Amino acid sequence: MAVIPPRLAARRGQAGVVIVDIAGDWLGRKTLPDVGPLEKELAAGGVSALEFAAHELGRWDSALMARILAIDDLCTKANVEFRAKTLPHGLAQLIALADAVPEKKDAAREEAKRPFLRRVGESGLGAWNGGAAMLSFMGESVLAFVQMLRGRAQFRWSDTLLVMQQCGPQALGIVALINFLIGLILAFVGATELSQFGAAIFTADLVAIATVREMACIMTGIIICGRTGAAFAAQLGTMKVNQEIEAFQTFGISPVEFLVLPRLLALILMMPLLCLFADLISIAGGFLVSTLMLDVTPALYLHRTVAAISLVNFLLGISKGAFFGVLVALSGCLRGMQCGTNAAAVGEATTSAVVTGITCIIASDGIFAVICNALNI
Amino acid sequence: MNPATDCKIEIRDLTMAYGSFVVMRNINARIRRGEIFIIMGASGCGKSTLLRHMIGLKQPAQGDVYYDGEAFWQSNEEARTEKLRRFGVLFQSGALWSSMTLAENIELVLGEYTGFPPAELHGIARLKLALVGLKGFEDYYPAEISGGMCKRAGLARALALDPDVLFFDEPSAGLDPISSRNLDNLILQLRDTLGATFVIVTHELASIFTIGDTSIFLDPNTRTMRASGNPRELLKASADPAVQEFLTRGESSAVANAANPINSRAP
Repeated sequence: MAVIPPRLAARRGQAGVVIVDIAGDWLGRKTLPDVGPLEKELAAGGVSALEFAAHELGRWDSALMARILAIDDLCTKANVEFRAKTLPHGLAQLIALADAVPEKKDAAREEAKRPFLRRVGESGLGAWNGGAAMLSFMGESVLAFVQMLRGRAQFRWSDTLLVMQQCGPQALGIVALINFLIGLILAFVGATELSQFGAAIFTADLVAIATVREMACIMTGIIICGRTGAAFAAQLGTMKVNQEIEAFQTFGISPVEFLVLPRLLALILMMPLLCLFADLISIAGGFLVSTLMLDVTPALYLHRTVAAISLVNFLLGISKGAFFGVLVALSGCLRGMQCGTNAAAVGEATTSAVVTGITCIIASDGIFAVICNALNI
Repeated sequence: MNPATDCKIEIRDLTMAYGSFVVMRNINARIRRGEIFIIMGASGCGKSTLLRHMIGLKQPAQGDVYYDGEAFWQSNEEARTEKLRRFGVLFQSGALWSSMTLAENIELVLGEYTGFPPAELHGIARLKLALVGLKGFEDYYPAEISGGMCKRAGLARALALDPDVLFFDEPSAGLDPISSRNLDNLILQLRDTLGATFVIVTHELASIFTIGDTSIFLDPNTRTMRASGNPRELLKASADPAVQEFLTRGESSAVANAANPINSRAP
């Protein structure tokens, strides 16, 4: 069956009536005529009513319907009578159905155009509320922790052990890989620079101090943030979507105690251990590069390493690790609990948890560096 | 029975709002012990929001909900938790804790509030599941059973603490007509055997007429309640066109719509 090209034209009839001719097959996707000429005709004025002449109309689908509805809107705007009855029966019925429920005016979002100052004010208020929510969540978490110390918190050790397993032993592989590579990289940098001065042996010091004091805890914190913090946000976010968190509230069980506390506890306990492991692996990476590339005997390297690591540096790194664990757990749980109620919101919560966590880790490490410098640690 | 002291729940001048946006205002209702109270209205008019105000999930902008004559929101948090303990809530999708089996879901709630030893807890969980027809499903996870079964398991969990008041959010949503009917029968049986009071959000007409003792009708256009009382009597006696249209699925106003070509199409 040949397709007759669609046509839409407007002409003046008698007594201010505009007649719209519709003809052809309205099946094309790119070549449908638009309502521009008709709009001009209506804008010219002196029009009281609009009729259709559709005797030559062939096949049609929703595209034609949409055009006719647009013409209907134009008529309403120009205060012209829209004579739907002049349309073919099927079309007239569908148009009547589409018009049956009037457009809900106040349902439309008021977003469209907001003045600049209002947007500034709103984002300022949003940031303020976000900060307040974060502080109150931290407060609740601290209270829950105190409740736990007093032995009154509503949570299960079995959950805690499960989370510990997930964020501790199961993360060993990735923690080992990344920290081994970091140790290698540090050693390469040190080896090439220091051997110019004949001080290649101090590569061991460089790797040991950098690893134990900074790199191991930061890298482990970032890995755990991307791995476990994201998982926390996704778990709690999904529970929020599924109303499971509200279910806790209606049974009078505190979601912070039951859900946040085990995760917080697990990371506080696991992060120092992971950091210790990371220290070891990273130094092994440095050891490998130094003994293979440089003229350093294994015994000498180990001796320098042991001499370079002070107890203070070691404890500083480990306790920073535990602190980063708190940051990761809190940012993951906070974003999960704040999650909206749809699938996209879970994705946003996860993203936001990782961004918040990494930002907090790096920023607080900077603050630690300043404090340690001031205290000569 | 003395009707004044027999009032289990009273909603007094309740105004619900999200920020400055008022959802509903001036809601008043009295529910007697053992009654099944239906909150009905068009989709999105604030039925579930009213339920959330009654179960402590959302604070009213004004007014309060009274249980046994005591204000819920004006009391302190401990008293509120105490009251919550006497409630059972069935959420729209069941809201079972997905990381626990059905039995664990119930045991957790029981374990928090009763001093039973673990073996006893398991026995009670089995009993509660048997009450809703889920005997043998104790060790299934919520994701492994159908939506209707999740809803029944949610009901079993809501029943865990032998509550005085049970709240249901659209219990028949997503159920086939027969399961929905069975759930209605279950509700009636529970009311008769436990003597609990029920608050049910629904727009399922069949359920409304089968189980409702009293009801309120929320209207999104006027942003307040349009009618209250026994739904069967409302159907007979209410002169309000909006209420009539809702309770008859709009069929009473079919005559008025006869001019509309869609409705007047010849058979």
